[in-house]
Amino acid sequence: MNQSFLDYYNIAPLLATIHEAMCSVMPEWLAMTLEGIVVGVIIIVMYALLAIVLIYMERKVCAAFQCRIGPNRVGGKGGLLQVFADVLKILTKEIIKLKKADRLLYNLAPYLVILASIITFSCLPWHNGAQILHMNIGIFFVLAASSIGILGILLAGWSSNSKYTLIGAVRSGAMIISYELSIGITVLTMVVMSGTMDIHGIVMSQENGWNIFKGHIPAIAAFIVYLIAGNAEANRGPFDLAEAEQELTAGYHTEYSGMHFGFFYLAEYLNLFITSGIATTLFLGGWMPFHIAGLDGFNAVMDYIPGIVWFLGKTFFVVFLLMWIRWTFPRLRIDQVLTLEWKYLMPLSLVILVVMTVCKIYGLVF
Amino acid sequence: MELIDKILKIAPNATVLDYGQRIVELAPKDFRAVAEALRSDKVAPMDYLRDIVGMDWGETLGALYYLESSKDYSQVTLKTATADRENPLLPTVCDLWKTAEIKEREVYDFYGIRFLNHPDMRRLFLREDWVGYPLRKDYDMNSNPLDLESDVNADTTEEVFLNPDGTVAEKENTVFGKDEFVVNIGPQHPSTHGVLRMRTSLDGEMVRKVDPVLGYIHRGVEKMSESLTYPQTLAMTDRLDYLSAHQSRHALCMCIEKAAGIEITERANYIRTIMDELQRIDSHLLFYSCLVMDMGGLTPFFYGFREREMILDIFEETTGGRLIQNYNVIGGVQADIHPTFQQKVKEFIKHLRAVIKDYHDIFTGNVIATTRLKGVGVLTRDQVVSLGATGGTGRASGWANDVRKHHPYALYDKVDFKEVLYNEGDCFARYMVRMDEIMESCHIIEQLIDNIPEGDYKVKTKPIIKLPEGVYSASVEASRGEFCVFIESHGDKSPYRLHYRSTGLPLVHTMDTACRGQKFADLIAIGATLDFVLPDVDR
Repeated sequence: MNQSFLDYYNIAPLLATIHEAMCSVMPEWLAMTLEGIVVGVIIIVMYALLAIVLIYMERKVCAAFQCRIGPNRVGGKGGLLQVFADVLKILTKEIIKLKKADRLLYNLAPYLVILASIITFSCLPWHNGAQILHMNIGIFFVLAASSIGILGILLAGWSSNSKYTLIGAVRSGAMIISYELSIGITVLTMVVMSGTMDIHGIVMSQENGWNIFKGHIPAIAAFIVYLIAGNAEANRGPFDLAEAEQELTAGYHTEYSGMHFGFFYLAEYLNLFITSGIATTLFLGGWMPFHIAGLDGFNAVMDYIPGIVWFLGKTFFVVFLLMWIRWTFPRLRIDQVLTLEWKYLMPLSLVILVVMTVCKIYGLVF
Repeated sequence: MELIDKILKIAPNATVLDYGQRIVELAPKDFRAVAEALRSDKVAPMDYLRDIVGMDWGETLGALYYLESSKDYSQVTLKTATADRENPLLPTVCDLWKTAEIKEREVYDFYGIRFLNHPDMRRLFLREDWVGYPLRKDYDMNSNPLDLESDVNADTTEEVFLNPDGTVAEKENTVFGKDEFVVNIGPQHPSTHGVLRMRTSLDGEMVRKVDPVLGYIHRGVEKMSESLTYPQTLAMTDRLDYLSAHQSRHALCMCIEKAAGIEITERANYIRTIMDELQRIDSHLLFYSCLVMDMGGLTPFFYGFREREMILDIFEETTGGRLIQNYNVIGGVQADIHPTFQQKVKEFIKHLRAVIKDYHDIFTGNVIATTRLKGVGVLTRDQVVSLGATGGTGRASGWANDVRKHHPYALYDKVDFKEVLYNEGDCFARYMVRMDEIMESCHIIEQLIDNIPEGDYKVKTKPIIKLPEGVYSASVEASRGEFCVFIESHGDKSPYRLHYRSTGLPLVHTMDTACRGQKFADLIAIGATLDFVLPDVDR
């Protein structure tokens, strides 16, 4: 198979060269530290930029669904600077102190949420050779890290010392812990299929076709289950009952202001992106171009398009799917949410796992 | 009259007054027995208490009780009064009609009449530390200087009851216990549709009790009206239920015209009927929007508002107002219809019939919507009648209560329309009633719009209108229930007493019955389908 362009776009050799060059002028630990700082800054900048893109996209998409125009005043025709203006505004807002709140936990909670989100974010396979955390239990690490976020939500709800936030946090806790099961099992399904837990390995295993095509029926079913559970995990409509504004005004972050609120807000959007990014990695080949086994000419043409474009393109497609759902459906009720998970999704995902395993053993997947 | 004979048999001392309308006056000790007998009548029980109108007649304090039967729609008015102005006591009827629970509180709030055996004698609209009773004629307007302290709601309430030996005693009842988890919903809340505050006791996600706290937008409309001339009082009606502005004003105009003997022209009647129905569509579209938004679906919200905007444009052209139109006046309407009115209305109805399918596609058939609405907040027919929950709420529980059908006014006896009835009594039925009524209203308008007769839109009235002495009432089917106007005139140019039957007050009162045992999220859905408007509740 012709891999020239895949290799051409691979930035791993470039990074190795930089590393070597740095090691030649300074001790390795210093080089590692400096690289770590640079990568950290890049992640945080990308995180912020993507949040802005996502917020703008959400506004435009939801406006289109609602027969509106959306932002159109600030920054030219499309309202491109609207989100920047909003971010600037939120940065200058006062962070209020609550009298009867648990000061430490109240201030800690938004950082926990954003921390979990950023760690998960940095695991995404952006490009060939551009994965930041490369370890053999990568996807397992993603699941573990993303679970820290719920701790922040629970703490935020409890430490604000308000009834609304408490109800919101307890709802959120019940929901996210439940849906993590489905996510875990569907991820396991794809691990069975790929034969590895390494994120890079999962992407590389889809060289001859994305998992959703190779794994046909069980993979498509797993994809749908993952999207539903992932949507719930990201606390987005129709599963946004943790912050059901009609009942709980704003749920667990009712009492937050300024950038502390902004962290929850950012994390919500980025969790949407991360959910979609993981879906892309597991089912749609990550940064891997669209390949059809056997058609080398076609594959070579696809390889011309760099991996980051593929990754972002696919991820934003999934993001659009999730936004479509959010702006169409009304919200579920807490008991319906839990019924859906425990009675339907979880058993279904177990069945999918068994079917996938059987398919894999008997070679029924491509 | 047969009914009067029945009453006279129970209470031989009752006097039948012909005072604007027929009123049966009863002594307080007879009143209770008559009420019980009327309520439990085998053939046509008077099971619907339309309203209790508190009154201050100078020497006596009392109330008028407007009763109606949900079987044969016969009506009767009872009057009872007490001469004791220091400690006025009347027997309660809240065990016979549940709606009296809240209406007697209103009378207590304004007149200080305490009802024996009523378990919850708290103020309704005013602060708990309010001095005096404002609708009494001897009320000192300076007795309540502006108080900037916050009003803390007590968790207890007092009950006055009669001992077996005839002595009066008081006891304390608990509204919320010390260990209850009480969540405060409102008065500033995204989905209470105005400044309603509900103290809600929760057991986990389960609602145990809802206690509405009213009065945040109480403007004293009834008290104000007592010092206004009749044409001036009209200005208030649009500001009650702003989504039934036309219909409310229609009711007041009808009542005054009836009392003053003014005949309005056929053209004015046509215009009023069409405007009423447009207003109903407007209100139901807003109902749809708000319901879906309360359920978390933000997109259909814009659908409803898009079409509602077109109605408001039509209103604006003819009346000059969008939300508050001030269009009906005594003797007709303010101005003739705009030349393009008929054409625009026809275009709008054509458009609405085409797009209403989208409404159903995005919401009615949605599996989440149906599971959240079906079987939630079920009210039985007996409950809605007893609660006086008129309008779509009553019709969703199988209570045929459409004033347009059963006590026709304007042109409703000349047009063909169906009274939409459902029997489930759940949120979904309440939702469907409104959606079907939009289509019925379109049907009514279509029958009228091409046939508006030529003629004057307004008849000349005297510059100063004085109503003859007596008690008058008129009721219309407003967007969310029966809206009645009660006027007592003593022959002056302003009313002695003007009372509005709020359509929303019984609906807010229904919240407790409908929400108990339901989930917290259902409370919002139930509130949205009951469809109350707060300025109308608080007046």
